[in-house]
Amino acid sequence: MTEFVKPVVDYFELWPLLVVFGVACVGVVVEAFVPRPMRYLAQVVLALAGLVAALVGVVFVARETEVYAGGAARGILSIGGTIAVDGPTLFLWGLILVLAIAGVLLFAERHLGGGVSAFAGQAAALPGTEAEREASTSGLDHTEVYPLLMFAVFGMLLFPAANDLLTMFVGLEVLSLPLYLLCGLARRRRLLSQEAALKYFLLGAFSSGFFLYGVALVYGYAGSMNFAAINEAVRNDTGNSALLLVGMGMLSVGLFFKVGAAPFQAWTPDVYQGAPTPVTAFMAAGTKVAAFGAILRLFYVAFGADRWSWQPMMWVIAILTMLVGAILAITQTDVKRLLAYSSVAHTGFILTGVLGVQATSDLAAGEVTALQAVLFYLATYGFATLGAFAIVGLVRDSGGEVTSLDRWAGLGKESPVVAGVFAFFLLAMAGIPLTSGFVGKLAVFSVALAAGAWPVVVVAIIASIIAAFLYIRVIKTMYFDEPIGEGPTVVYPSVLTATTIAFGAAITLMLGILPGPLLDLAGLAGQFLR
Amino acid sequence: MNDLPVLSILIAIPLVGAIVTAFLPHAMARVAGLVFAGVTLVWGAVAALTSYSLDAGMQLTETHAWIEALGVHYALGVDGLGLLMVLLTAALVPIVLLASWHEADDEGNSGSRTFVAWVLALEAMSLVVFTATDVFLFYVVFEATLIPAYFLIGGFGRSGRGRAATKFLIYQLAGGLIMLGSVIGLYVVSANNGNPSFLLSDLAALDIDPITQRWLFVGFFIAFAIKAPMFPVHTWLADTTEKATTGTSVLLVCVLDKIGTFGMLRFCLGLLPDASQWATPVVVVLALISIVYGALVAIGQDDLLRLIGLTSLSHFGFIVLGIFVFSSQGISGSILYMVNHGIGTAALFLAAGYLVRRRGTASMKAMGGGVEKVAPVLAGSLLIAGLAAAGLPGLSPFVSEMLVIIAAFDHAWWAGAIAVTAIVLAAFYALWMYQRTMTGPGGDFAGVEGMRDLDAREAGTLAPLLLALVLFGFFPMPLLDVINPHVTDVMSDVGVTDSPPTVTGSVSSQGGQP
Repeated sequence: MTEFVKPVVDYFELWPLLVVFGVACVGVVVEAFVPRPMRYLAQVVLALAGLVAALVGVVFVARETEVYAGGAARGILSIGGTIAVDGPTLFLWGLILVLAIAGVLLFAERHLGGGVSAFAGQAAALPGTEAEREASTSGLDHTEVYPLLMFAVFGMLLFPAANDLLTMFVGLEVLSLPLYLLCGLARRRRLLSQEAALKYFLLGAFSSGFFLYGVALVYGYAGSMNFAAINEAVRNDTGNSALLLVGMGMLSVGLFFKVGAAPFQAWTPDVYQGAPTPVTAFMAAGTKVAAFGAILRLFYVAFGADRWSWQPMMWVIAILTMLVGAILAITQTDVKRLLAYSSVAHTGFILTGVLGVQATSDLAAGEVTALQAVLFYLATYGFATLGAFAIVGLVRDSGGEVTSLDRWAGLGKESPVVAGVFAFFLLAMAGIPLTSGFVGKLAVFSVALAAGAWPVVVVAIIASIIAAFLYIRVIKTMYFDEPIGEGPTVVYPSVLTATTIAFGAAITLMLGILPGPLLDLAGLAGQFLR
Repeated sequence: MNDLPVLSILIAIPLVGAIVTAFLPHAMARVAGLVFAGVTLVWGAVAALTSYSLDAGMQLTETHAWIEALGVHYALGVDGLGLLMVLLTAALVPIVLLASWHEADDEGNSGSRTFVAWVLALEAMSLVVFTATDVFLFYVVFEATLIPAYFLIGGFGRSGRGRAATKFLIYQLAGGLIMLGSVIGLYVVSANNGNPSFLLSDLAALDIDPITQRWLFVGFFIAFAIKAPMFPVHTWLADTTEKATTGTSVLLVCVLDKIGTFGMLRFCLGLLPDASQWATPVVVVLALISIVYGALVAIGQDDLLRLIGLTSLSHFGFIVLGIFVFSSQGISGSILYMVNHGIGTAALFLAAGYLVRRRGTASMKAMGGGVEKVAPVLAGSLLIAGLAAAGLPGLSPFVSEMLVIIAAFDHAWWAGAIAVTAIVLAAFYALWMYQRTMTGPGGDFAGVEGMRDLDAREAGTLAPLLLALVLFGFFPMPLLDVINPHVTDVMSDVGVTDSPPTVTGSVSSQGGQP
């Protein structure tokens, strides 16, 4: 029997992970013991402090970590090689933590609901009963959402850092389960919210099952869960390649479900529409960033030697996703569903970047790499989406949010600032130059074309044209259509949401005019550690 | 003085003006806007007269690294073509602001402050387009000009303008996205050659293989054909000029559309010469169709502003024809045509705009004529502008039209023959338009009693344009002196020489006595 070697835990490099997990656990304790009136403040402060501490930790780790091969890669493999804290991981951790801070600010917003947050007062009370009415009139508020958010963030941090199939699965589940819960906790339209949560849970569990089956098959092929060992096995090509291909396919199913790629995108519009808007904002941005980080690591590190197997599949999925997202978005009449389908289209664009990987020898000096392009696009997409969903929460009437598109007509006159910022986010998503979305699209299309995937780029351009049409239609509705009735009303938020929206808009503008620093940072991150 | 970033300052003035006027009260915004536009014009004129030398190619260059990771630079520079376009833009914007003095505050429009701010923003973006020497920068501002244009069309003018603005934007965005494919293709080709870059000078030095060149050309050409516009992607033009205010239409047709043909010269001929020559047969046919079809459709219009918009379709057909016949007369004729068309069509739109404002309708049937008796200055202006569009000798468009037709004949006799028919058609639409709106019995019959003639402001906007038309009609040499060196450079870059004349100069060979 082989001796058990105790894995070394690099506490310094894993500090962000540990802080977030610790804060999540403390949050549960706070929920249990802190008196009800003080819970909101305690939880919000705790969550923000934890996230800021983790972010500071990320910056310190990035500066202190080892650099290899003259900057081509940096970082360490920790806990027996199951967690890789390398350049791309640190970039994604920083991005996820910033998005999470924005998420906490949106969760904490109570001004929009008239003193209560967007979350149900008592989730266990059945809709339409006396218990629910009592809960909403007595001003109850679920503050468990903050520890749930922190657990989800922990999962999001673990997921792209996982260098081992089981760790990746753990990360996937830890990130998903709190999100399933959070989706069901809306204060208004509770049946829709609970339906969304159940749908997300069932489909998510099903796809996690696929993922686990894929894990088993790949283990059968490679004899190890570790990505480096799998890479070796793929290179040597000694096992049964059918096991590898089917395993690869199963793993892809699980991962593509998470990012909402066609043909696994059906949950996206329903869940995005039903979930409370702050949760949608956080989920749309954070989950995709984490999941794409995992996709990148899995396909570039574990299966990198077998590119010819998965690249054609990714071409097809990317083409399908872009077309499905763009075309179905045109028919939508609800703003949240429209943004959901547009985020499906963006998944397609990001996949276009993922499949643009080339061998280092094929790249010219100074040419942008696929990893760089995808990391940049994830940053631009994250902020634009978060900001757009945050604004959706501002247009309300007495019954809650107004998400029907035709009732947004006349928003340009009612509140030029809100309409202007929303139009700006839409233009960023359309990829108009001078917004971050344009540089992202350019980078992603360049790497795909350089890798020879010109059919995908042609379809991407067609999908961009279709998507541009639908964003322009929304802008036209806001500015040039006659309002229905008295027109939409905008509730001005407190400083929490306002800061988030302003920050998102500022980043989107800055990355459109001066994307150099972030692109260079993504380049500095180097390659994945093997 | 040598190190002064002349072009960056030229661009910064209207940009700062746009931001400043967006926050001023309406009355002050108009004056401030005029001041900023005037300063831009003065700066541009002074720079042209002092710092520009005719033979030195691309000048006043500035190159700064912008996005290192993508090989993008903030690079500006002017040559003959760019200089004329910059001066045209800088000259037209103050005229447009002055002409739209009262219009932006009308019922239903978005107000002077918004109008002035968007116009100045459009001017700044257009100036960058004409001076960009980096393909990425060109693309960014090519698309960026669409946003002020969209809000100008959609916010000011007649009912139905929202839909026209959306149609405009979708068309242009589609073209722009197709061009994005070609822009990225250029980057990938340069990366495959070892030096990924977006600078024009780097890309022009590349040797691109023929098949790739043709695909890149198609992407660029579709976008520029939508911009110009050319048949069959011209349908956005008539709706836009019909619904928008005439000030907006002037900026759109006389400045923005020039970006299309400017791009054809700069990118299609400059970077992809072999593919341009390969595409010449198709492009010439499309240009000829545009010329004739545009004129015919213009004749059939009842709406005055739609008519003028559609004449541009015909004019741009001439410009594209001149570019793609690949002779120095053709190219210099096209560039001259771009300037003359800008001046002439601006005068036509503004005069028509004053008429429409007074009559309350743009329908020529509803107007019924009779204006020339009560408002002779307005009638005279419209007549001169219309005759300029028709290419009357003595007015500047004649010179450019002549050059293009000569070049067309040189390329193929039937091309020249078809182009010549456009002169007749142009005379038809110009004179018939004048007859329907201006001539005829006045007084109570046509409802023109009491109609005011042009006041000082309105006459002041038309006077410089009409003066320029006459001046350059008799003396086009200043413009041609700027154009010809650039044309020589283009011809040598493309590698084409003019065909020599078939009749040589020696008299004795003709049997005459020396």
